[in-house]
Amino acid sequence: MSAPVVSTLRQPLTSEPKSCHQVSDEILAPIERGPTALWWAGLAVSCTALLIGSVAVTHQIWTGIGTWGLNKSVGWAWDITNFVFWVGIGHAGTLISAVLLLFRQRWRTGVNRSAEAMTIFAVMCAGIFPLIHMGRPWLAFWMAPYPNMRGPLWVNFRSPLLWDAFAVSTYFTVSAVFWYVGLIPDLALARDRAVGGSWKKKLYGLASLGWNGSARTWSRYEKVCLLLAGLATPLVFSVHTIVSFDFATSVVPGWHSTIFPPYFVCGAIFSGMAMVLTLMIIARRVLRFESYITLGHIGAMCKMTLMTSCVVSLAYMTEWFTAWYGGNPNEWFVVVNRALGPYRGFFWLMVFCNMLVPQLFWFEKVRRCLPAVFVLAILVNVGMWLERFVIIVTSLHRDYLPSSWAEYSPTWVEIATFIGSFGLFFTGFFLFARFLPFIAQSEVKGVIRYARAPSGGGHAR
Amino acid sequence: MPGSRIVVGTFLDEDALLRAARDARARGVPVHDAFTPYPIHGLDEAAGIPPTRLGIVCFVGAALGLAAAFAMQLYTSAVSWPTNVGGKSFTATPALVPVAFEVMVLFAALGTVGALLVRAKLWPGRKPFLPASGVTDDAFVLALEAETDASATVTPAELLREHAARHVQEVEVE
Repeated sequence: MSAPVVSTLRQPLTSEPKSCHQVSDEILAPIERGPTALWWAGLAVSCTALLIGSVAVTHQIWTGIGTWGLNKSVGWAWDITNFVFWVGIGHAGTLISAVLLLFRQRWRTGVNRSAEAMTIFAVMCAGIFPLIHMGRPWLAFWMAPYPNMRGPLWVNFRSPLLWDAFAVSTYFTVSAVFWYVGLIPDLALARDRAVGGSWKKKLYGLASLGWNGSARTWSRYEKVCLLLAGLATPLVFSVHTIVSFDFATSVVPGWHSTIFPPYFVCGAIFSGMAMVLTLMIIARRVLRFESYITLGHIGAMCKMTLMTSCVVSLAYMTEWFTAWYGGNPNEWFVVVNRALGPYRGFFWLMVFCNMLVPQLFWFEKVRRCLPAVFVLAILVNVGMWLERFVIIVTSLHRDYLPSSWAEYSPTWVEIATFIGSFGLFFTGFFLFARFLPFIAQSEVKGVIRYARAPSGGGHAR
Repeated sequence: MPGSRIVVGTFLDEDALLRAARDARARGVPVHDAFTPYPIHGLDEAAGIPPTRLGIVCFVGAALGLAAAFAMQLYTSAVSWPTNVGGKSFTATPALVPVAFEVMVLFAALGTVGALLVRAKLWPGRKPFLPASGVTDDAFVLALEAETDASATVTPAELLREHAARHVQEVEVE
C-alpha cells in the first residue's frame, strides 16, 4: 500500500509538480525575504484608513451616537449593516476550513489558511460596530452574566441580541483557536529555517510550542482538526442564524420571516466567497503563489459563489411571493416600498449585483478570466452590503404610523467608521501575509502527489 | 521515556518510511515514533500507534458546556431574578437553546485543544526534540527503539540501512 490511487480524471492541486522542500521554500519566501515596496504601500494605505476610522470612533464616543444620521424611526442603519456585512464575510473562512474538510475537498489546502485569517479579521471588524453602538463601550462588560451588586440583575437570556454576543464571541474564539492549531506545524518550519539566535527563531519557536512532527502528535492533531471541523460546521451555521434572529424575532414587516436563518447563512457564504476571491486574485499574483492557488481553486470558488447566489435569489423571490400570497398589507407594502420607494436605487442595484451578475459564472470562460472574476466578486461584495442596508433601512423608515415616516442618510462619522473597518481588516491581512505562512504548507505537502504519477509527471496512470 | 535510546534513519519519501515501519514491527523491532513534515495516512497502523482518545475529551467538554449553560440560564432567569418576558414560563427552554449551543461548542473546542496540548506536551517555550534535521521540511524520519525484543532477527540500525535510510544514528530521547 502506498499513496491512494486517484482517478486520472482528477486534476492535480498544484499547477506544476513540486517537491516538499520546494513547497517550504516557496511558501515561506514572503516571510523570509524582506518586505517589498508594494507591501509598505499597501500597509500605509490601510493604516491611513484605520487612522481615519479611529478618529471617527473617538469622536462619536466622545460626543455620542447623536453624531450618526439615525432618527426615531430609523434606529438601526449603517452600523448594523456593517456588522452583518463583516460577520457575513467572516463565514467563508470557516466554511472552507471546516465544511470542506468534512466533505474531503482537498483543494481547500491552497486557500484555507488565508481564508481563516480573513475570517478572524472580518469578525474583529464586525465586533466593533455593536460595541460602539452601545454608546458607552466601557460598559460592554454588562453583557456578561456576572454576579453584581444590583440585585444581582442578570442579562436577559431571552433576547436575540444577547444570543448574538455569545454567538459572535464563541465564533471568534473557536475560529482563532482552529487557525492557530493549523499554524503550529508551519510555525515550526519557520523556526527550523530561521538563523540560530535570531529574534525570528525565538518568536517562531515560542509560538510553535516545541512542535517536532512526531507521528503520535500528528495522529492526535489530525483527530483534533476533524473534531474542530465537526464543531465549527454547526457553529458557522448557528452564528448567522442568530444574527438573523435579531431581525426575524421582531414584528417589523420585512424582518418577521421564518426564511431569514437559511437566507442569511447563504448570503453570508456568498459574500464571504466573493471576498476570498477578491483577496486571492491579488495575493496569488503579488506573493507569486500562482502554482498553489490555481485557476482550479478560483473556478471552484466561483462555482460556490454561483450556487449561493442562486439560493439567495430564491430567498428574495420567496420573500416577495409570501408577502403577496400571505395577503398581509403591511408585508406587501414593504416589498413595494423597497422596489419603488425612495431607496429603490439601492434595491435594484442589489438585485443586479446579487441575482444577475453571478449568473455569468455559469461560463467557464468567465471563471478562467481573472480580471472578470475580480470585478464580479467586487460587485457581489457591493451587492451584499446593499442587501443588508435595504433589509434594515427600508423596513424601518416607513413603519405602521405614516406621521413618523422618516428618511435616513449617513453622516461623515458613519462613513469614516466604515472606511476604518476596511483599514483594520486590511492592516490585519497585510501583517498576516508578511509574518505568517500564507498557505498551510504542511497540508499542501500532503496533497502534492494527488492525481500525479509517483514520478511526478502528471496523468501517467 | 527520557533517557531511553533510539536509532533514527531518514527516508526520502513516505512510502519508504511506511515500508520500513511495517518491516520493523514484523521483525520484532519496536517503533518508537516517526517524525514527518505532514501527517501520513496508514502510519498509525504501520507504527503501532494506538488510536487517540481525544474524541472522549471533546464529548465530555460538550456535555459540560451544555449543562453549565442551561444551569446558568435557568438559575439567572428563573431562580435568582425571575423575569417575565411576554408572559412565558420562567423555565421555557427554547429561548435558552442558542446560548446553550454556543457554550457547548466553546467548551468542547477549548477542551479538545487543551487536551491536545497536554497530551502532546506542547507549550510555549518548549525546546523541540528534533532527532534529525529537516523533519518539519522534507525528511521522513523513523525512530526505532535501540532495545529490541528478544525475538528480533535484526538490529535497528541494520534494518534501517536495509531500507536505504540515510544518516542512521543512535540518539538519546530528551
